[in-house]
Amino acid sequence: MILQVQDVTLRFGGLQALTDVTFDQTEGQILGLIGPNGAGKTTLFNVINGVFAPYRGKIIFRGEDITGKPSYEVARRGMARAHQVVRPLTELTVRENVMVGACFGREGQSLSQAASLADQALAQVGLAGRADQPSGSLNVAQKKRLELARALAARPYLLLLDEVLAGLNPTEITEMVATIRKIRDEGISILMIEHVMQAVMSISDHIIVLDYGQLIAAGKPEEVASNPKVIEAYLGDPEMTARLMVE
Amino acid sequence: MKFWRQPGFWLPLVIVLLWGGTVLVLRQDTVRETAFTVLMFMALASSLNILLGYTGYVSFGHIVFFGLGGYTGFYLISEQGWPLLLASLAGGALSGFIALLVGLAVLRLRGAYFALATIGINEAARAFVSNFGPFGGATGLFVNFAAYEKYGGAGQALWTTFTFLWVTTLVVLVVSYLVKHSRFGLGLQAIREDEDAAMVMGVNAPRAKTITYVISAFFPGIIGTLYFFKNGNVEPGDAFQLHMSIEMLVMVMLGGMGTVLGPMVGATAYQGLRGYLLTSPIFKDLHLAVAGLILLLIILFVPAGAVGWVRGRLPALRRVLE
Amino acid sequence: MFSQLASSLTDGLLLGFVYGVAAMGLTLIWGVMSVINLAHGPVIALGMFGSYLLFTLLGVNPYLALVPVALLGLVMGFFIYGVAVHRVINAPHLSSLLATFAVNMIIIGLGTAIFSTSPQNIDYSLGSLEVGFLTVPFSRLLATAGALLFTAALYLFLYFTRPGKAVRAVANNRRAAELMGIPSSLVLALSFGLGTMMAAVAGGLIATFFPFTILSGGPYELKSFVICVLGGLGNPLGALLGGLILGGLEGVIPAFMPVSWVPVVEFGLFVLVLLVKPSGLLGAK
Repeated sequence: MILQVQDVTLRFGGLQALTDVTFDQTEGQILGLIGPNGAGKTTLFNVINGVFAPYRGKIIFRGEDITGKPSYEVARRGMARAHQVVRPLTELTVRENVMVGACFGREGQSLSQAASLADQALAQVGLAGRADQPSGSLNVAQKKRLELARALAARPYLLLLDEVLAGLNPTEITEMVATIRKIRDEGISILMIEHVMQAVMSISDHIIVLDYGQLIAAGKPEEVASNPKVIEAYLGDPEMTARLMVE
Repeated sequence: MKFWRQPGFWLPLVIVLLWGGTVLVLRQDTVRETAFTVLMFMALASSLNILLGYTGYVSFGHIVFFGLGGYTGFYLISEQGWPLLLASLAGGALSGFIALLVGLAVLRLRGAYFALATIGINEAARAFVSNFGPFGGATGLFVNFAAYEKYGGAGQALWTTFTFLWVTTLVVLVVSYLVKHSRFGLGLQAIREDEDAAMVMGVNAPRAKTITYVISAFFPGIIGTLYFFKNGNVEPGDAFQLHMSIEMLVMVMLGGMGTVLGPMVGATAYQGLRGYLLTSPIFKDLHLAVAGLILLLIILFVPAGAVGWVRGRLPALRRVLE
Repeated sequence: MFSQLASSLTDGLLLGFVYGVAAMGLTLIWGVMSVINLAHGPVIALGMFGSYLLFTLLGVNPYLALVPVALLGLVMGFFIYGVAVHRVINAPHLSSLLATFAVNMIIIGLGTAIFSTSPQNIDYSLGSLEVGFLTVPFSRLLATAGALLFTAALYLFLYFTRPGKAVRAVANNRRAAELMGIPSSLVLALSFGLGTMMAAVAGGLIATFFPFTILSGGPYELKSFVICVLGGLGNPLGALLGGLILGGLEGVIPAFMPVSWVPVVEFGLFVLVLLVKPSGLLGAK
């Protein structure tokens, strides 16, 4: 088990954001996390990688209890994240951005090693030509790839992807899905939040479904897609349901 | 890290080396006095830049480290007969220590809250020192002339103090460059751009900020000691001037924050301008207003400062203009 | 001793109302546009001078002079906003901090040149009122009345007029307000103007108590910071409350320790609140 999430509960003031969320992820697995908007998926990510401490529950990463550890401690232990709303370090160049990931990630690279690792990661996502540009000058799709490169440069054991496919056209989605597969083939486990149903259903080994902060279903993609509870959850979201039904 | 091969490393150092060297050779008091003031502000602005330019944290009350360190060093020299070098280092150490304590609490704040807190600390320190007996309370301390005798009399002592300041300035510039181009510095710049994202990437922001704060406080402590020793007295009104703090900020912004050369350029330009305004018959009373106008124009139109602007326009020069 | 204490306390509280008005100006600007107006102090000083000039040159009653002073403060705010703040409103905080500070320097610089640094005074004695064992100068009472009046006027404006509601809308969510058709730049300028207006009024009131110079705004600016943080940045009611607390403390502390310790307590409290409850006693915004 690379990740074990046990009974995680989180409250924001009077709002119950997450309730007793429990699931496991095996090493080398691509685990898809889906659910209607506002279900708490990003919040769950925030708890897993240490941005928030849960009110109750445990996060066990590679056998170590990391509950409540700050996000930089979690990153050092080999967890990296690509955010939904991209957060480039604007004044720094593309390469420097990725170097931060390499320097402060699991392996704590020196500056020179980080530079070459950064170039590798940029090549992997197709941004090698833009290495010296200030990252603020990239468009949104390129920034998303930068997020991914930055996370990869940290050589994580577990990669958290938050809606990496959002806003991409079908060609870009196909490319990204292939990239994700390659990343997994290199041995990195992936936990991904996604709304692009076709993609996440086809690429995930296992799916978990969150609704109103609770885990309502877990299983293989085919099982989850036909699960009545899941369909009901998305019925409140007709666009989603339509996409789900297409599978 | 082959920093000794980079032209950007040597440019600021060579300028200061040549300048200080010339002053020492010429052996003229007026030249020394002007150089002292400019070097002092260069070093102060560079120290502030280590915090402001690299982490983005705006310390409005940074002068407090100049004041507290200066008072401590002065006290040790004048009342306890310590040698200048040791007392300066002690002043710096005290400032660094205060920064450590204060930083643990205050660095948790962001943006404007942090800026306000630093003002509060400066004012609290000034008020405290005004009441603190051993430091002379509201009237401050006057130098014990025996302290000057140790260095061959007052005249000679001023030259020694200048040399110390010159060396300190060089050290600050080296430190500034090394921080900027180290892995540590990359982490700081990540904090500046997006602190939360930096932490998610593994940067231990609390520790990095504290270390930076301490470094940025250490040098003003030394400089304060040298300044007050040269002046022969220290009092609360002089040691904790909020205006001086702001002037340090102006110099960093004018020259270009986040660069090594920037604070140097800013300090020189600002002091030069100030000197001109104070002696010009038209502008004599208006120097503050003109300085304010310049600051405003910089903020509105050239926020990257002089060096930043040039680096933006002429990318080829980037390796030279660090 | 008790009557002395009660006297000091009352005096402090009444002064606190005026501090509150000044702080309200600062907190309003912060609440609407997240800008800390570092030109706050000089505007207070300009208010002092405005009152003084109207009194000495035109013989206007200093309390009635508050109205033109308020209007001048309002106009000043529009001007400062347009010149210094508008361009950097969306830039990092440092920019607006330095921009308003630059305005501070300009005003002080010009003011020093025009008015020099010799203290001025408004000679307008009104005697005192005796209430039981308390002796309260009329100037304090009138000032408090003035402060309350302007506070009430501000509230009426913000809650019952269209521009006032626009200000609150922009404070709440600028983007949404723009989408609803509110001209946000104008509203921001207005808000800034309201903030400087309160500062000018406070200055006019303080001028009736103490002698002043162009530099006198500084300490009140610092007090305003402390008060705003105490009451919650962005919360005008909090500013009033904070003003009372500070005024009260200033009145009471000298009975227990030498007066020179008052700033230590003030700023110690300031830093403490920033650390423990940065949103202030009444909560921010």
